[in-house]
Amino acid sequence: MIRARVTITLKPGVLDPQGKAIEGALGGLGFAGVASARQGKVIDLKLEGSDRQAAEAEVAKMCEALLANTVVERYQIAIVD
Amino acid sequence: MRSAIVVFPGSNRERDAARAIRLVGGAEPVFVWHTEVELPPVDLVMLPGGFAHGDYLRAGAIAARSPVMRAVADHAARGGFVLGVCNGFQVLTEARLLPGVLMRNAGLTFICKQVSLRVERPGPFTERYTRRQVLTFPAAHHDGNYQADADTLRRLEGEGRIVFRYTDNPNGSQNDIAGISSAKGNVLGLMPHPENAVEAIHCCTDGLGLFESICAAA
Repeated sequence: MIRARVTITLKPGVLDPQGKAIEGALGGLGFAGVASARQGKVIDLKLEGSDRQAAEAEVAKMCEALLANTVVERYQIAIVD
Repeated sequence: MRSAIVVFPGSNRERDAARAIRLVGGAEPVFVWHTEVELPPVDLVMLPGGFAHGDYLRAGAIAARSPVMRAVADHAARGGFVLGVCNGFQVLTEARLLPGVLMRNAGLTFICKQVSLRVERPGPFTERYTRRQVLTFPAAHHDGNYQADADTLRRLEGEGRIVFRYTDNPNGSQNDIAGISSAKGNVLGLMPHPENAVEAIHCCTDGLGLFESICAAA
């Protein structure tokens, strides 16, 4: 079994209202040094097989097909183990 | 006019859509479940509002990969009319039948109010309106903030594909975009709800013109 973690974030420059709200709330709590906050998502997958390279290629296909909307998002794949 | 209304798990405006189509004299719409791989022979396919698959992952993302969407894409490619309202618009962008994406409203709140929009272009969905006519439709969405890259926006503007624009932008949409069409004009995605502006009991009846237009074009 291979475990893969997909991290999906908004491309730079894409407006992130949720990140802005987080940024504002942190400021409200007294955290003065937060220059910016951006929100993303993490998807953990368990994949059958043992070929890590093949697994990474397969997850990249999943990202393009469904997991990320590449109009505004980018993705990073980490094969955890 | 013959029409099909696609129903996803979590759609909730499909009966409103059917009622609007009946009101303008369209034939009884056929409801098509999302797992179907074929559509009946129709002039219009409507993707209704709602929260298909609970908006999980991204609004419209999972619905856009439904078996029925291949048939919807084929219908659009043949020049058939496709109307996506609210969640239906989100599904159309996720299916890449329309460019861009609908993101979380800039103010982060769910918007549930009447909005004004201006008819920007004559076309099969707007023939019964006058150019620059200002309409009132109800809006009910959390993710209606239309975003696209600069090239796409230039293309939409240049090709006259921005069909409706908000007069008072409620959600942060770029260029005040409320509705856009495909290059051929036969696919329309629109955030506010024309199907909920067709009877005396509604806020207004400005939505009738849209359904009358498509009936006349079909």
